[in-house]
Amino acid sequence: MPKPDSLQGSLDLLVLKILSRRPGLHGYAIMTAIEEISEDVLRAEEGSLYPALHRMEEAGWIRAEWIVKDTGRRARIYQLTAAGKKQLALEESRWHAVTSAVNRILRMA
Amino acid sequence: MSIWSRIVNVFRGDSLSRDIDEELESHLAEAVEHGRNPEEARKAFGSALRHREQSRDVRLLTWLDSLRADMIFGWRQLKKRKATSAAAILSMALAIGACTAAFRLIDAMLLRPLPVAGADRMYLVAREGVDPIGSMRISESSEYPLFRRMRAAMKDQGELIAVSYANRVDLTYGSDDQMEKAHRQFVSGWMFNVFGLRPAAGRLFTERDDLTPGTPAYAVLSHEYWTRRFAADPKAIGRTFRSGNDLYEIIGVAPEGFTGTEPGAFIDVFVPTMMNPSVTRSDSSWFRSLAVLKPEVSPEAVRSKLDPLLRAFQEERARGWSSQTKLFISRFLNQRLVLEPAASGASGMQRSYRLSLWVLGVLVVLVLTIACANVANLLTAQASARAREIALRVSIGAGRLRLTQAVLVESSLLGILAALLGGLFAWWAAPFVVSMIASPENPTRLLLPVDWRVMAFGLAAAIAVTFLIGLAPALRASSVRPAAALKGGENPHSRQRLMHVLIAVQVAFCFVVQMAAGLFVATSERLANQSTGFSSDRLLAVETTAKRPQTQAVWDEIGAKLRETPGVEAVASSGWPLLSGNGWNGFIWVDGKATEALSYFLSVSPGWIDAMRIPVIAGRDFRPNEIYPGVAIINQAMVKQCFGGRNPIGLWFEKETGDGVSRDRFQVIGLVQDARYRNMREPIAPTAYVPYRPSDSGTGATRTFLVRSTGSDPLALSSSLRQQVSSTRPELRVSNIRTQLSLIRQHTVRERLLATLAVFFATVAMLLAGVGLYGVLDYSVLQRKREIGIRIAIGASARDIARRVTVDGLWMVLAGGAAGLLLGRIGVRYVESLLYGVKSNEPSILAAPAAVILAVTLVAALPAVVRALRVDPILLLRSE
Repeated sequence: MPKPDSLQGSLDLLVLKILSRRPGLHGYAIMTAIEEISEDVLRAEEGSLYPALHRMEEAGWIRAEWIVKDTGRRARIYQLTAAGKKQLALEESRWHAVTSAVNRILRMA
Repeated sequence: MSIWSRIVNVFRGDSLSRDIDEELESHLAEAVEHGRNPEEARKAFGSALRHREQSRDVRLLTWLDSLRADMIFGWRQLKKRKATSAAAILSMALAIGACTAAFRLIDAMLLRPLPVAGADRMYLVAREGVDPIGSMRISESSEYPLFRRMRAAMKDQGELIAVSYANRVDLTYGSDDQMEKAHRQFVSGWMFNVFGLRPAAGRLFTERDDLTPGTPAYAVLSHEYWTRRFAADPKAIGRTFRSGNDLYEIIGVAPEGFTGTEPGAFIDVFVPTMMNPSVTRSDSSWFRSLAVLKPEVSPEAVRSKLDPLLRAFQEERARGWSSQTKLFISRFLNQRLVLEPAASGASGMQRSYRLSLWVLGVLVVLVLTIACANVANLLTAQASARAREIALRVSIGAGRLRLTQAVLVESSLLGILAALLGGLFAWWAAPFVVSMIASPENPTRLLLPVDWRVMAFGLAAAIAVTFLIGLAPALRASSVRPAAALKGGENPHSRQRLMHVLIAVQVAFCFVVQMAAGLFVATSERLANQSTGFSSDRLLAVETTAKRPQTQAVWDEIGAKLRETPGVEAVASSGWPLLSGNGWNGFIWVDGKATEALSYFLSVSPGWIDAMRIPVIAGRDFRPNEIYPGVAIINQAMVKQCFGGRNPIGLWFEKETGDGVSRDRFQVIGLVQDARYRNMREPIAPTAYVPYRPSDSGTGATRTFLVRSTGSDPLALSSSLRQQVSSTRPELRVSNIRTQLSLIRQHTVRERLLATLAVFFATVAMLLAGVGLYGVLDYSVLQRKREIGIRIAIGASARDIARRVTVDGLWMVLAGGAAGLLLGRIGVRYVESLLYGVKSNEPSILAAPAAVILAVTLVAALPAVVRALRVDPILLLRSE
């Protein structure tokens, strides 16, 4: 399993993408979603996830609200904002550019 | 989210932490719900505290958060030491408040530009020359015919405006019994236009309103007067008032905030210069000329253009003179035009108070420095008490910058609180000082708005104070060496050196302030105790006016009636009261030769010398049938300066008549002692008292009756005297009643003001310096307790201990005192013109501050010595 560090830089992208597909997830759900979709290859550390969420919230890419769950416990759920959608598109294209470049090198070398 | 939410989050830090904690908690709960082992989940989660810190840092401004934390900590520190903090804040508030008040006065009187277009390009066109008394003087007045020429000559360089002196005059909106006072000013019709002012109501003058002498009788009110007198009623436009013989129609109201160009007085009524009877005369100077230059035009260019005009004008005037002395004529012709910047306007008040205000400013800055030195010492002492705390903070990883910030924040809290309180003090104090200058007769008014200039000054003062008091302790805190401090062995002397220097500074400044107070008090007292040469005891000056000149018989009748009024001891009359500010002067010729000295004249009635109680040396009083010219009663100064000390009775002198050619002849019939005529400062000038001119000369429209009462309060007679005048002759009325004492006192207003304020600041400075000295000595005893205990234990004498405790401080006091003496002697040169009859090297002037400081030092040192002697070595050594 890769070290969490390997997620560095792409954590924002993953979170934004997941929130764009499934709006209204809380932190834990986002974490498990990353694990499930990547079939346990990728794993977001709590220690990076929450600061990342708060940073993106501060940047205005995602919006948070408190809801009360069936258990009576409050949970903080996140949604993409318009700025977040733009940011997602940006990060996606950047990701594609980087991976295709890396792929080219792998093929050529 | 924005910077705003990050700022907001700083101030809801606790709930932010709670939010983050709750989110993290819910995360763990979720994990457990999904079947994870709670123990294992928590371990995987890591340090919640660290997550919280990281998230917090993302969601708020960290620097603001640390600032907030420091503020709270600083506030707690201040609250912990309530008494000292309050003393520090109060003393600095007083000092900052005094500084701000002084700034408000200086700003309003001297600095703030008038609210008109081109104020920064405005100059006062004055002339500089030797006056008849022989001293160099700037004269601001001008003659209208010359003004016309000058205006035409500088047409393409700028605009010239004539503005007369603000005069308090009688005017009435109804009948003559409803006379009221208002400040009236003659102004050029184009003034409002040049200043870019728009009317608040009606219309303002234009150039067309100021073309023909004697017309039109229009008036523009100031907004302030309109509001005060007419409650801003638009119907006031079109109303008429009578002033003198002219009936003026109000045509408009000047915009709000424009109170004229004369700081110190608010103009109520503007009228065109053409309404002034002197507007056609070449021998009457009665207004100031203000030049508003076009941009890029240098004042020197204008000056060199106008100066020849002045010279030509003066030469024309002097051409007809045959009887003037050569000296007089050469002085007259050698005047030189000057352009003085006048962005803030021009007034006599500015001239007479400029230096006083700056002196006041310097005094308050000295007091502020003393207060700051005090608090700096206090904070330094406290910083050393907190050395261990700070060392601990450094050793667990607090950044030095952060520590400096913490100390500076604490001192800025002191500074801000002091500035706020000081602002309140200044808000009250500046108008209070103005009210001290003002008298009912001369209501001084200054625009004292609390605008951005005052705010900026207050802020600058607070910041300056913060750094003055906080920088030393802050640097010290940041350079703390934890190991040494925690061992408790830091060198205490390094700290005391700074404190001692500050004490020396305090003492030096305190000495200067005390010395200034001594000089101003001596000046004020010596001026007030000047003999006037007459008795002002229970004496009233009753100014009476008539619509048109009256015969002497009418005035005699009024005098007789007043004499009959119950409670009146004596009555006589003169053209105006002595020391009222009015004067009539000219040169006289004795034995056909012109005299050097300028002489003064005053028309008086028979019995005036007696009523004024001016001692008669020789000769006799006027007889009822004697008229001007012909006879005169002269004073000793005239005998000395014009008659060479001879017995003057029966001798003759001549006086110019005013046309520069003919002369009147007078025989001296009486010699009296010198009495003060013009002011309290200058030597008494040669003076001749003369009878009134004959009734047909058209000069008998006003008289001042001098009424000496039998009762101790002469003003109690006021209403019966008014009654008596108007019932005897309805066409006459009393325009003003003042006590002669108030006339005298008005000549020493500035000196009394300076003396009062200087004494106040000297007291504050003395208290502050005393407290400061006490604090430092006491602190040094605390610091050296161990050493003192050991000394006592090994048998040191009480005298030895007392000497050891106080010797450093005393040296500092001596050094400070010497520095203060030097500073004072240097400074006094700049205020010489404010002093009267007192020298800076007079023993009493030097001894008083020295004695005060010595006494304060002794009182301040006593508690420290007592504390040192009370140190119980056994108790002390046991506790160590």
